[in-house]
Amino acid sequence: MSSLSVNHLLGIKQLSKPDIELILSTAKNFKEVLNRPIKKVPSLRDITVANLFFENSTRTRLSFELAQKRLSADVVNFSASNSSVKKGETLVDTVNNILAMKVDIIVMRHASPGAAIFLSKRVNAKIINAGDGAHEHPTQALLDAFSMQEKLGNLKGKKVVIVGDILHSRVALSNIFCLQKLGAEVKVCGPQTLIPKYITSLGVEVEPDLRKALEWCDVANMLRIQLERQDIKYFPSLREYTMMYGLNKDLLDSLSKKIIVMHPGPINRGVEITSDVADSKQSIILEQVENGVAVRMAVMFLLAGRQN
Amino acid sequence: MKTKILLEKTLFDITLKRLCHQLIEVHNDFSESVIIGLQPRGIYLARRIQKELKSILKTNSILCGDLDITFHRDDFRKKELIPSKTNIDFLIEDKNVVLVDDVLFTGRTIRAGLDALIDFGRPKDIELMVLVDRRFSRHVPIQAKYTGIKVDSISSQNVKVEWKETEGKDRVTLVDK
Repeated sequence: MSSLSVNHLLGIKQLSKPDIELILSTAKNFKEVLNRPIKKVPSLRDITVANLFFENSTRTRLSFELAQKRLSADVVNFSASNSSVKKGETLVDTVNNILAMKVDIIVMRHASPGAAIFLSKRVNAKIINAGDGAHEHPTQALLDAFSMQEKLGNLKGKKVVIVGDILHSRVALSNIFCLQKLGAEVKVCGPQTLIPKYITSLGVEVEPDLRKALEWCDVANMLRIQLERQDIKYFPSLREYTMMYGLNKDLLDSLSKKIIVMHPGPINRGVEITSDVADSKQSIILEQVENGVAVRMAVMFLLAGRQN
Repeated sequence: MKTKILLEKTLFDITLKRLCHQLIEVHNDFSESVIIGLQPRGIYLARRIQKELKSILKTNSILCGDLDITFHRDDFRKKELIPSKTNIDFLIEDKNVVLVDDVLFTGRTIRAGLDALIDFGRPKDIELMVLVDRRFSRHVPIQAKYTGIKVDSISSQNVKVEWKETEGKDRVTLVDK
């Protein structure tokens, strides 16, 4: 297996297990490249990538841009706030105009679920989904899996709990697909109102008690409470959420084994996770960010290398 | 499929020993020199040379690394490539580097190898050693300083290098495709 089975990275759902394994093993090679004195390789020097961010992002946009530059690709950046989208241009028109300037790969973040899939059917470029609404965020799931693998080895049989706002989280859905394909067991934990009803149909168990969930798992992925997506109140107060589902040092230290703590960022310190946990030895939050560049390099390298 | 044996058994061993002695003439005790094998197939020759040098020079300090060149190739997107591991856990800055590969054919792999190598620093000089030099087939102006054997072959033929470590025996053959 030396090439992906897909032309776009739209979601983890569309990837096969060998695809995921190929991306993770290639990312390992890129991580080594990133630790060289000269961190740049010429692989994508004839490729132009457009980063289309219709939604705010710091980490993902920077990570993608760094990955593209480390691969020697030409990069153009676009954010919706200061573009013709404001004047009423449609998504397909916007993208086709960008493609007319000879762009090969589109990295897109959009607030609408399915935006990447929609685009992939209508334009002639390779699409990488950098987050579409509450649907999928495949590169985050891949870098999470990569970071877990670095700590735990093969993920088969490993236990991962995803804690928090599952309902509004694209990270949760992509993580569930990715971890299950790699053979890990996944549980979710959070207030009933933030757990989607379909979740059990994905083979995911719901554990409402945080302590029990943490005792069970090898890895806890703490999600951010996405206040910007919450149109109604899903829980009485942030303070109450923190008391029930926040991870603090006392709770972490009282567990019978040392678990790994992850967070996709940005962290609401003191809400889903306290500062002393986020900065503790068990937290691999900054390693996740570091690995993000390597994983995104692998994704773009493999997609660009695919012959149509 | 016709197979012609170019090198095996005693002749193979003698060739490796000769290459080692040629290296020692230039690099003395290897205190300022390192060996870098190109992935995926050059690393076997590099390690064998390292082992042989250790026993001839009676030292344990011969540095040898593996270099993957996939990300520097010029035929990326023309064929599917799988990257291998790079493992250079020493500095090459101001060292004499002996770049090692099994077969020198078009020279494109070595060109990519030179690019990949300077990502790790600026060596004092770089030399090339190959086990087999397929003459008259170069696409770039690259020649080896140390050569095991020279072979005249046509493009419909393959040169196959086998190693004890992977294929069970040391052998070089010329195979008609």
